[in-house]
Amino acid sequence: MTDTVERKTLTREHLLDVYRTMRTIREFEERVHAEFATGEIPGFVHLYAGEEASAVGVCSNLDERDTIASTHRGHGHCIARGVDVGEMMAEIYGRRTGSCHGKGGSMHIADLSKGMLGANGIVGGGPPLICGTALAAKLKGNGGVSVAFFGDGGSNQGTTLESMNLASVWNLPAIFVAENNGYAETTSSTWSVASDNIADRAAGFGMPGVIVDGFDFFAAHEAASEAIARAREGGGPTLIEMKFTRYYGHFEGDQQTYRASEVEHARAELDCLKRFADRVTETGELTRPDLDAVDAEVAALIDRVVDEAKAAPLPTEADLLTDVYVRY
Amino acid sequence: MARNITYREAVNEALAQEMERDETVIVMGEDNAGGAGSPGEDDAWGGVLGVTKGLYHKFPGRVLDTPISESAFIGAAIGAATAGMRPVAELMFVDFMGVCFDQIYNQAAKFRYMFGGKAVTPVVIRTMYGAGLRAAAQHSQCLYPLFTHIPGLKVVLPSTPYDAKGMMIQAIRDNDPVMFFEHKALYDSSGPVPEESYVVPFGEANVVREGGDVTIVTLGRMVHTSLEAAGQLAADGVQCEVVDLRTTSPLDEDTVLESVEGTGRLVVVDEAHPRCNIATDISALVAQKAFGSLRAPIEMVTAPHTPVPFSNALEDIYIPDAQRVVNAVKTVTGWSR
Repeated sequence: MTDTVERKTLTREHLLDVYRTMRTIREFEERVHAEFATGEIPGFVHLYAGEEASAVGVCSNLDERDTIASTHRGHGHCIARGVDVGEMMAEIYGRRTGSCHGKGGSMHIADLSKGMLGANGIVGGGPPLICGTALAAKLKGNGGVSVAFFGDGGSNQGTTLESMNLASVWNLPAIFVAENNGYAETTSSTWSVASDNIADRAAGFGMPGVIVDGFDFFAAHEAASEAIARAREGGGPTLIEMKFTRYYGHFEGDQQTYRASEVEHARAELDCLKRFADRVTETGELTRPDLDAVDAEVAALIDRVVDEAKAAPLPTEADLLTDVYVRY
Repeated sequence: MARNITYREAVNEALAQEMERDETVIVMGEDNAGGAGSPGEDDAWGGVLGVTKGLYHKFPGRVLDTPISESAFIGAAIGAATAGMRPVAELMFVDFMGVCFDQIYNQAAKFRYMFGGKAVTPVVIRTMYGAGLRAAAQHSQCLYPLFTHIPGLKVVLPSTPYDAKGMMIQAIRDNDPVMFFEHKALYDSSGPVPEESYVVPFGEANVVREGGDVTIVTLGRMVHTSLEAAGQLAADGVQCEVVDLRTTSPLDEDTVLESVEGTGRLVVVDEAHPRCNIATDISALVAQKAFGSLRAPIEMVTAPHTPVPFSNALEDIYIPDAQRVVNAVKTVTGWSR
């Protein structure tokens, strides 16, 4: 289905940016996977590798007016929204120099100045919040849109369903992106989602529902572009379902005994980076050396931010009590 | 210029004055106007007990009715607050926190801390609490101790029309999430309220009656019950100092401790259930920081550890009354060592 997708809005620079961002997410996650295994990274870490086309396909349509809310699997959304990769890595290491000064960690990376309202440790936590940021944009009349990313697990939360209804009732510029990676923790979405597709539920909330091959950047970008343009013009919300699989477990340390061999197949045959590279080199829009140069640049960046994170100072006891309130 | 208005009118006036002053202030909730999409009149209710009546027409587009979806619209208020608005959302009865608590305690309360100080969430959540309307177990609870427990939330409980107006204005201007508790049995009470705008700062308890024999620390509707008891006791020659906490988070520890240091005796009156409530919190505070001043064990007057009953016969004995406060005061004054 992807070969029919129009790409007229994507310049060479845009394509390079897209590739750089997807590659940065992949490299970031692969590296966190490796570093987590050494025991140096504390807490729970949920990796986004394999799902890059969704975050980048959606966020490459956004600008400074817009806001996204993410999930526990939020690194990809953060990077796609432009959150500083060095601060993110420092946060994952619990350092004072991190995005949240070491007080949030992987599950709470946020940068409101970048329109990133946070990864979220609560499944289904983001959609209600996004109704609010969309409402604010609507009342201000600035054309801003808001995007809630959630998983197949989150698609079954009442908060998500309530929010889709509210977004339609209030005709909000809100986009609901269901990232169906096949599993809520260990539970298959083929079992936990009662409808054939999450997108089918859109009809019940009076909004368009779109199913997208989540491994295909161009399909994701195009679907998001249409939905976002409609929302900016007052046409209301859309539900987009990205179908793909995650390359790692629910969290690092998950032995994944519930899975079959779909990851090997996905990595070999469906991978979003591989497909993107094949497409743009076949059309001649970018060359292999262009992409290799990006790969080298990104690898150096991730090396640097890991080194910096490991060397960065930890928070101090004085930090424990700050920033509970603006004023108390 | 002050004139007598009701507690309900005081909240409404605060909302209207702040909406006039600041166009980022919006109001949302179930039936906050009323009649959305219905064939009859707009602004049919102005909230289930009429607190927001009239705002819908005064401020077009800024009073938003919602579906019965507390998670979605309380969350939306919180999201809008992070995006430059100052929403006042109504959680109709605090008993309904069960269907939206996550958005309040895991989202709004924690953004600032877990995002490293980068979020400002100036949301006000108005909610009705308390027994007395024969509304039974799911529409009569206090529950403010649960919110008081959560770092990142401010919890305020005005007891008079004057405080209701000034604390609502403070709540709207405040840059932290505020839980604003309105006692449903106080809506028709009236008192002097200035016409002009003013704020009552948070974290400042109000000594509503001075006295040297016993300190009564209380809040919300129980302020009036305690004052009634103090009046009766004065006739018997026992002078009570009644401290209205006004806010449970932040808590004005100093005023409580200074009063107890003066009287040496403490009764805490709290409409909430007896375990882990404001009475136990104040008792622990005094036991820890003013133990040397105490001349008698602390007495607590609270509702029992039961759901709120329906029948008049039961609800009337469920709610702490002045006689129970009198008895508690007599217990602490009768103690000698």
